[in-house]
Amino acid sequence: MLDGYEMTVGLEIHAQLDTNTKIFCSCKNEFGGEPNTHTCPICLGLPGTLPVLNEKAVDYIIKAGLALNCEIATFSKFDRKNYFYADLPKAYQISQFDLPFCEDGEVKINPEGEEEMIVGITRIHLEEDAGKLNHDGDISNANSSLVDYNRVGTPLIEIVSEPDIHSPAQAIAYLKKIRSILEYIGVSDCDMSQGSMRADVNISIAPVGSDKLGTRTELKNMNSFKAIEKALYYEPKRQKKVLESGGEIVQGTMTWDDEAGKTRAMRSKEEAHDYRYFPEPDLVPVVVDDQWVAKIKEEIPELPDTRQKRYVEELGIPEYDAGVITADRQMADFFEGVVSDYDNAKAVSNWMMGDFLRLLNEEDITISEVKFEPKDLAQMLKLMDDGIISSKIAKTVFEEMFATGKTPDTIVEEKGLKQISDSSELENIVSKVLEENQSAVDDYNSGNKNVIGFLVGQTMKATRGKANPGMVNKILREKLEG
Amino acid sequence: MKIDKETVEKVAHLARLEVNEEEKDTFAHQLSDILDHAEKLNELDTDDVEPTAHVLPIKNVFREDKVEDSLDRELALSNAPDKDKGMFKVPKIVE
Repeated sequence: MLDGYEMTVGLEIHAQLDTNTKIFCSCKNEFGGEPNTHTCPICLGLPGTLPVLNEKAVDYIIKAGLALNCEIATFSKFDRKNYFYADLPKAYQISQFDLPFCEDGEVKINPEGEEEMIVGITRIHLEEDAGKLNHDGDISNANSSLVDYNRVGTPLIEIVSEPDIHSPAQAIAYLKKIRSILEYIGVSDCDMSQGSMRADVNISIAPVGSDKLGTRTELKNMNSFKAIEKALYYEPKRQKKVLESGGEIVQGTMTWDDEAGKTRAMRSKEEAHDYRYFPEPDLVPVVVDDQWVAKIKEEIPELPDTRQKRYVEELGIPEYDAGVITADRQMADFFEGVVSDYDNAKAVSNWMMGDFLRLLNEEDITISEVKFEPKDLAQMLKLMDDGIISSKIAKTVFEEMFATGKTPDTIVEEKGLKQISDSSELENIVSKVLEENQSAVDDYNSGNKNVIGFLVGQTMKATRGKANPGMVNKILREKLEG
Repeated sequence: MKIDKETVEKVAHLARLEVNEEEKDTFAHQLSDILDHAEKLNELDTDDVEPTAHVLPIKNVFREDKVEDSLDRELALSNAPDKDKGMFKVPKIVE
């Protein structure tokens, strides 16, 4: 798509940490809430107040650093990033400049349709989130903004990638992997629709083989994988057009217009930001010793890559299925719940990859909202194995479980879905089917043995799918041959 | 180190300060003098001295992750020059 050029993407992922309180004060850290009900003199930046660091936030960034294979700094400090904007009551953001908590990490990704690869992580630092500006109606017509400071001081980690990403698929795989790992270790819920995970996307292109990166443009605060993917197809092409028509790329912030499917330059003033970082005098440095790191290390659960490998090696399910199931911790936990009650892991993964995922997508819900329990799926699979329900009926039972949360036994009982395996009952039904389909019987007798498939179908129809297909086949053959 | 008028203008703009022509000259001189004075420190040999971000010999001051009461909203908003719908009302910001 970019012949002659290669795109390079840098991602800065912001993830809100799931602590009880804010990073520098004891206000509740919670999404939503009535405007300005979670504020105090510290997060409002009133004169004379002093921030005090939330220890849990440090635990969490160390945890994220370890899970993303980073070096954990033994000495770390905070810095002031100065800028005037109404979302920031102090007129500076407390962030980290030259001594972040984590550096030099990496993560393994499997981009769709491409080879497995490693993406380097430059650094992860800890900072505070800003408030939220609200506008009545269209922002361009508004003559004032309303500010809600509930979000000010929410602990954020910023994960900065190395320039290793060169395609939209790689960028998406990387984002999904980071989200998956942060969810596994329980430091962030990474809910993009609520903004608890968002990304700044840097995009540049350079001639293939060039050892220099091109001038980059930046899309800030992107909070949907779909939009990021679309922007990553659009923006490099736009840059290529500019370069090929003899123009130059202007470094700066752009905005993604999802409706128009285009990037647009923001009306930013030409002057570059000058944040004048300096060491935060109100906070003392943080020294992290081996003991602290060791303690956090112990709290890290089995991560998706390890889990995937175990599912393939010990449970014998295909690598792809294992990848899909382990990408979401809740999904993987559910899977293990079923497998602990039922031996055939392959059958479980088939159901989860098939009807289960389909219904989750159709209803647009997550695993935690599913009404039935892992043991119910195990029970349903046992009913199939025992010949009590056919695989066709199982689909009906599954959909009912999904819709109502009732147990498979109850559903089979209430709806009378038990497979008919009683031979005398089946013989009667088959006889009736044969009577009603004399022409098919004639065909059979004149040598067209394939017509038996049609007769099996008619019998299944007559029993609304409840007949045991193996037995129907056998009885039909006996009667036709006899 | 010489601070010129343009630098004063830039610094003033970053700090959102209004300075008149006369003040620009005064500040250019004063800022130059301050930097010259600080420049003297460069004469010291600091090769064996760890860079210092903080002068206090204190580290690891933390707070427990325990929720305490926030301000009542009316109190939080009481110093606001303008407010609406429980929020701080500010002039339109054009980015």
